[in-house]
Amino acid sequence: MSDGPADIVEYVSGTGIPVRGNDIDTDQIIPARFMKVVTFDGLGEFAFFDQRFDDEDNQKEHPFNEPQFQNANILVVNNNFGCGSSREHAPQALMRWGIDAVVGESFAEIFAGNCLALGIPTVTVSQEDAEALQAFVDENPDAEIDVDVAAETVTYGDKTVDVTVDDAQRKALVEGVWDTTALMKANANAVREKAKSLPYIQDHEVPAVKDD
Amino acid sequence: MSNGTLYDNVWDKHAVTELPTGQTQLFIGLHLIHEVTSPQAFGMLRERGLEVAYPKRTHATVDHIVPTADQSRPYGDSAAEEMMSELEQNVRDSGIVFDDPTTGNQGIVHVIGPEQGITQPGMTIVCGDSHTSTHGAFGALAFGIGTSQIRDVLATGTVAMEKQKVRKIEVTGELSAGVTAKDIILTIIRKLGTDGGVGHVYEYAGSAIESLGMEGRMSICNMSIEGGARAGYVNPDETTYEWLKNTDAFKDNPERFETLKTYWESIRSDEDAEYDDVVTIDGSAIEPVVTWGTTPGQGIGISEPIPEPESLSPEKQETARRAQKHMRVKPGETMEGYNIDVAFLGSCTNARLPDLRAAAEIIKGREVDPSVRAMVVPGSQRVKAAAEAEGLDEIFREAGFDWRGAGCSMCLGMNEDQLEGDEACASSSNRNFVGRQGSKDGRTILMSPLMVAAAAVTGEVTDVRELEEVVSA
Ligand code: SF4
Repeated sequence: MSDGPADIVEYVSGTGIPVRGNDIDTDQIIPARFMKVVTFDGLGEFAFFDQRFDDEDNQKEHPFNEPQFQNANILVVNNNFGCGSSREHAPQALMRWGIDAVVGESFAEIFAGNCLALGIPTVTVSQEDAEALQAFVDENPDAEIDVDVAAETVTYGDKTVDVTVDDAQRKALVEGVWDTTALMKANANAVREKAKSLPYIQDHEVPAVKDD
Repeated sequence: MSNGTLYDNVWDKHAVTELPTGQTQLFIGLHLIHEVTSPQAFGMLRERGLEVAYPKRTHATVDHIVPTADQSRPYGDSAAEEMMSELEQNVRDSGIVFDDPTTGNQGIVHVIGPEQGITQPGMTIVCGDSHTSTHGAFGALAFGIGTSQIRDVLATGTVAMEKQKVRKIEVTGELSAGVTAKDIILTIIRKLGTDGGVGHVYEYAGSAIESLGMEGRMSICNMSIEGGARAGYVNPDETTYEWLKNTDAFKDNPERFETLKTYWESIRSDEDAEYDDVVTIDGSAIEPVVTWGTTPGQGIGISEPIPEPESLSPEKQETARRAQKHMRVKPGETMEGYNIDVAFLGSCTNARLPDLRAAAEIIKGREVDPSVRAMVVPGSQRVKAAAEAEGLDEIFREAGFDWRGAGCSMCLGMNEDQLEGDEACASSSNRNFVGRQGSKDGRTILMSPLMVAAAAVTGEVTDVRELEEVVSA
């Protein structure tokens, strides 16, 4: 990553992979024991690990194991996906497995925020549309799906459905400002003034102005 | 749109500017860090050649991976040792205070902030941990963030956020005996759903909340996130100020206390504050709650039957069926009498001194059922020391509990404290997700510390209010 302008994510195209179920939590997406690491590298292979393997490491039935979905990059889920812990390891694991966008009925907030920080759109659709898209993907694992973040649509087969992308998320992705560090660092002086205005912040806790 | 609530007041005081995304750049008054979610953020900082902007408003502890038995270094688990060393290096390089285990101040991040008085009303507080909502008990605006946001806070002292709606949850009446803050929050989550709070901040109010001590308020705010709300808070009052007065931050500095108290009073929700939504719950009707499933929203009163999946709203049915299969419970039965193998008294929800005292009260003169492995993991080294000073450790040990060092422990099983196979655990923690306690077949039943104590001595889920009879029968 660099301090330069971040990438623009107007749309994501590719093939889909369905993971069904409501309230799929981050402990399922990446079990805590795989978080004993100091970098995110290599997390991809542990995505949904306990759903994918039994105690003897034999594969269980799970879309992430199925050969026809190995190149998929658009994950299709149901309600309250990503609830639970704030671990960014969850979207990191999905991203490193190959996921570039998630379409679902609803998302837990911290999870959606973590996805945005990685440039992964989380777009919401009705229950009906989520289920229809999952069924479509099952039958047509090789068919192209287009997630248009700017226009707020998902197109698959001969169908285009309306989706919702949170306003700030859409702006951030479409204008390429989802990498907020540089953006916010530019306001360092205003931040310092704000800090000084707060009664609980003591002067020596506010950094001195540096000319850089 | 809400107006004049504590959330609005604190937000306005910390808003720096509006970003091109339409989000607000919000100043963060306190950044708490721990070993699991911070190393990657420090790595990103290094990659960009950036420094920590507000090291003196940043505070570190180690909690998730610390062993709770043998804490000598290097840790037996090399991965844990690596995470610890990484954190030590990062805080040293950046000049951040670190409550490592040699200081006597170490503990779960959501226990140590309040106990040292670092957590204060009217602050914005973040941590790379979803239970940061705990600190809202003091009237702070506190929420969990992901690693990229940790990088933002480290580098700039701010986060980019959208303003949320405010729902007031009024818990009226008085709690009956044997009913605790934990039972209130499990009831709220059951009623409003695990995603009911998405897009909202919860303000907890009403007589049943106001009469709670700070620890009870923390248990409630702690689990806001299990209801989908990223933050929850209680307006500060005399109970809050009394707690703060005796902390490290103020005990030798009464003047600063008085100055800040004026600020704390000023950010309370106005009498005529407007809320996006108000929900009222009758506190006197709440009984001890236990979970029967694999989300914190799947709770029932101890005397209530486990619901038929078909009786639930359509989107909850499949989850309920899966949960009942995993937990091996049948609709129509109650949870009373459900066999347990492990009793875990710990976590940032319920491992503070009053929690341990209340549980010890139940345990005293009784014995842990021979079929049960029982452990107490105090929330911090200070909680542990205070409990030992009162002799609570003796009570637990004599009853057959393991008395361990401070940390997250079996709340998420990142150290060696884990469920094995399909063990069932009566747990005072906050998440009963499949695999949460370290074994993917493990079964977690969430409940109050009182109920954990009762289950430990009987070997099964037990209504603590009937324990006298159970034991003498
Ligand atoms: S005790 Fe459990 S919930 Fe609390 S911070 Fe530790 S792991 Fe998270």
